[in-house]
Amino acid sequence: MKGKYRIAVAAAIVLGLALLFGWLLSTAHIDVLSPKGTIAAQQKDLMLFTVVLSAIVVVPVFVLLAVFAFKYRDTNPKHKGYDPEWKENSKLEAIWWGIPMVIIGILAVVTWYTSHSLDPYKKIQADHPSMPVQVVALQWKWLFLYPEQGVATVNYVVMPKDVPVTFYLTADAPMSAFWIPSLGSQIYNMNGMTSELNLLATQNGEYKGYSTNINGRGYADMTFTANVIDRDDFNAWTDGVRSSPRMQLLDNAQLARLQVPSVEKSAITYRLDNSGLYHEIVGKYMPNMMHEMSDEATMDSMSDMEGHH
Amino acid sequence: MELLSQLLGRMSLEYLPTEPATIGAAVGMPLGAIGVAVALTYFKKWRWLWNNWLTSLDAKKIGIMYIVVALLMLVRGLFDAMMLRLQTAVAVGDTQGPFDVDTFQQVFTAHGTIMIFFVAMGLMFGLINVVMPLMIGARDMAFPWLNSVSFWLFVAGMILNNVALIFGGFSPGGWLGYPPLTGLEYNPGPGVDYWIWSLQIAGLGSLFSGINFIVTILKKRARGMTMMKMPIFPWSVLVTSVLIALAFPILTVTLALLSLDRLMGMHFFTSDMGGNPMMYINLIWAWGHPEVYILVLPAFGIFSEVVPTFARKALFGYKTMVAALVAIMFFSFIVWQHHFFTMGAGANVNAFFGIMTMVIAIPTGVKIFNWLFTMYKGKIRFDAPMIWFLAFVVTFTLGGVTGVMMAVPALDFQVHNSLFLVAHFHNTIIGGVVFGFLAGITYWFPKLFGFRLIDKLGRWSAYLWQIGFILAFMPLYILGLMGAVRRLDHYADPTWQPFFIVSGIGVLVIMAGTFMLISQIALSVWKRKELVDTTGDPWNGRTLEWSVPSPAPHYNFASTVEVTKRDDWWYAKQAKKQLSPPPPSAYKDIWLPKNSASGLLIGIGTGLFGFAAIWHMWWLLVVALVFIVAVIIRRTYNTDDEYMISAEELMKEDAAVYKRRHV
Repeated sequence: MKGKYRIAVAAAIVLGLALLFGWLLSTAHIDVLSPKGTIAAQQKDLMLFTVVLSAIVVVPVFVLLAVFAFKYRDTNPKHKGYDPEWKENSKLEAIWWGIPMVIIGILAVVTWYTSHSLDPYKKIQADHPSMPVQVVALQWKWLFLYPEQGVATVNYVVMPKDVPVTFYLTADAPMSAFWIPSLGSQIYNMNGMTSELNLLATQNGEYKGYSTNINGRGYADMTFTANVIDRDDFNAWTDGVRSSPRMQLLDNAQLARLQVPSVEKSAITYRLDNSGLYHEIVGKYMPNMMHEMSDEATMDSMSDMEGHH
Repeated sequence: MELLSQLLGRMSLEYLPTEPATIGAAVGMPLGAIGVAVALTYFKKWRWLWNNWLTSLDAKKIGIMYIVVALLMLVRGLFDAMMLRLQTAVAVGDTQGPFDVDTFQQVFTAHGTIMIFFVAMGLMFGLINVVMPLMIGARDMAFPWLNSVSFWLFVAGMILNNVALIFGGFSPGGWLGYPPLTGLEYNPGPGVDYWIWSLQIAGLGSLFSGINFIVTILKKRARGMTMMKMPIFPWSVLVTSVLIALAFPILTVTLALLSLDRLMGMHFFTSDMGGNPMMYINLIWAWGHPEVYILVLPAFGIFSEVVPTFARKALFGYKTMVAALVAIMFFSFIVWQHHFFTMGAGANVNAFFGIMTMVIAIPTGVKIFNWLFTMYKGKIRFDAPMIWFLAFVVTFTLGGVTGVMMAVPALDFQVHNSLFLVAHFHNTIIGGVVFGFLAGITYWFPKLFGFRLIDKLGRWSAYLWQIGFILAFMPLYILGLMGAVRRLDHYADPTWQPFFIVSGIGVLVIMAGTFMLISQIALSVWKRKELVDTTGDPWNGRTLEWSVPSPAPHYNFASTVEVTKRDDWWYAKQAKKQLSPPPPSAYKDIWLPKNSASGLLIGIGTGLFGFAAIWHMWWLLVVALVFIVAVIIRRTYNTDDEYMISAEELMKEDAAVYKRRHV
């Protein structure tokens, strides 16, 4: 009777937890599992693949644990087969060395392949050439520079649909990290150097972006919106910003204002005339080098510092 | 005025706490200490405390002190966790949480630091001290005095960590304190220095302990106990200690360089003048990754003792278990880069470290299967340590799955530094380390104190921890995939809130489990007469520690121990050898270390040294340093540091033990 009572309590707890998490999941929108870009979509598949592969080992572990615990409990009235000296069996051990080795072997191949195919630095092949966007993590806001379009934004980034975007990432702040879960992959932003991230959005929409690395008091508010729109709309938007006389120019005074540590709740749009601004921000941590190098040379040396081809 | 600023360094009243929760702790902690002091005076226990505990060089006493400190810190760390989850349960949208951002950031830094350095490490060193020498048939550590120094350095680090709460505040930079955030430019105040010196001092103690354990295991094993006849727990300690000896110097150097940046304006890890923060991140993880194996391997060792004892069956695949430990030791040193796949290394580098990381899953998985097949054909009793084992397998295995997932760099890019990561490492550290050490404490408690713990409360504690764990951390996995990053003191998205609330409830359930654990100990002390262990072998154990009475005598073994096979005590019992005492020739005069206050004094000196460095009180720094050196010199001239117990005395005491076994 007591045993049955215990099983009933355990079953009730399991059922209760299942219902609770079922309800929680029904309320949730899970960005990583509902990808809006090619990178995030492949990462989602990769995630499901690893879970299924791991289950080949994990399910037997849980089943064996339950069966052995139940069958070999000393209170089992039908207990049999007690053998205190049974402690070696090379065939059995070969199985549980072997199967995990095979699984990890498969996963290792997948890892090697996806580390290259989903390398954040790898340019994405598409109908359109890759568009550069430079990203500066400030305390505690995101500054986006469009050197080709002559536009700059704060705390939001506009991306044309189906056009690959190469983000060049740096920081004028403690180490930060750039992440748009719906589109995939994050990379650190660090002072005095450039890292890269290539993404391709395939669906229009507004997606949340975050800094994933703690960088001071305003860290929690350092979010941004990635706004994916049609390519024509994107061009119209940049043209509009360029031609609007009321639009502010991102000059040194405006930049200095942004560099003051603060939380910026609103999104800001600027015209950008200085296409070398990004390199000046990167270069300010190595003042001696800037005088001798042109912008392009600096850019190359920054990439070299990453040790990345 | 000039003199005052020389004396006080950069201290000023502005560093007094202002936040209500911090003021509460800042008042409560000293009051608690004063309360304990008053109680000690009232009950006239100072001399007892001094002679029996504070100055003792007996590894078992030192071990118990480690465990007491670690359990106190567990409560502190859990209160920190509760504050964090209380904040995130409330602070959505424009709603203010109960804590401001400074407090919140200090609390999560303190939570991580305390749980790793002063709870997990403390429980680990405690358990190793109390049972490792007994399990290998040794009378003591190889260096008993150094052992005491290690403990007091651990305490000094712990106190500095907590003093930050009272005066000056703690680091807001996370438990591994990445520069440049923790550099002078962004955090010039004393908080980061508290963090540095608390870890630096405790870390030095850990290094000494590691060296001590290695020498003890290699040189002090009982006659006949070859390495392959040694129980698995000492094996795991050996492997862990090698990791400590190799990894902790990296931590010491890294923190020292960061400290030079901060104290002397150097540029090791700054962004300018040729400094490179990426170097820090590499170095800290070159220590940090081995560190997580340092913590979990002894827990594996504990389960390798618990499962055979409660299944009443030899451990399955002993040799494989040893091989797996050594393999994990090796691989744990070539995976550190997986903590920062997202820092921009090339695909080849990322892939290499990812694959090495998942390779560790193979020996770890093998260990789990070997424990399962130790249960197979066994006759299993489900006392509390075994319930902890079941919870461990379930929780740790799930943590392993998410670990393998995150080892794939392309996948890690989508979950790194999100709450998915937070859930993953709690899954392995709580499931592996905490459950393992709590099983160990329950299992060896009778050997330390001579009575058992009330088993039912222990089982209840395990159930509550398991359920609390699921509630607290499963929501974090989902939150991570929803885009919630770690260390947020507030957030905008209201759909995250239900998950955070459930997680907060989970922390409360874990608190209830901890309360159950503490009441288990308290009630067991109350009812110790009923729970007394007269046999010295309450679980029908297999290894040498169960061959001596409970509590273990201060000299551990009365007669010279000789071992012929693995699980010697189990087979000795089957041959009824435990009933007849050894011949008189087996008893020899033995020498044991006398008490020494110098370990405690070095701890005090080092604590003051750290405090002086934090507050730039240079005169105190010099005084403390001179004091430490003087204590060490004085100790080296002390030749009268041992006392003898005669063979007759040992034989007499042992005769009484054997007599009891016949009753």
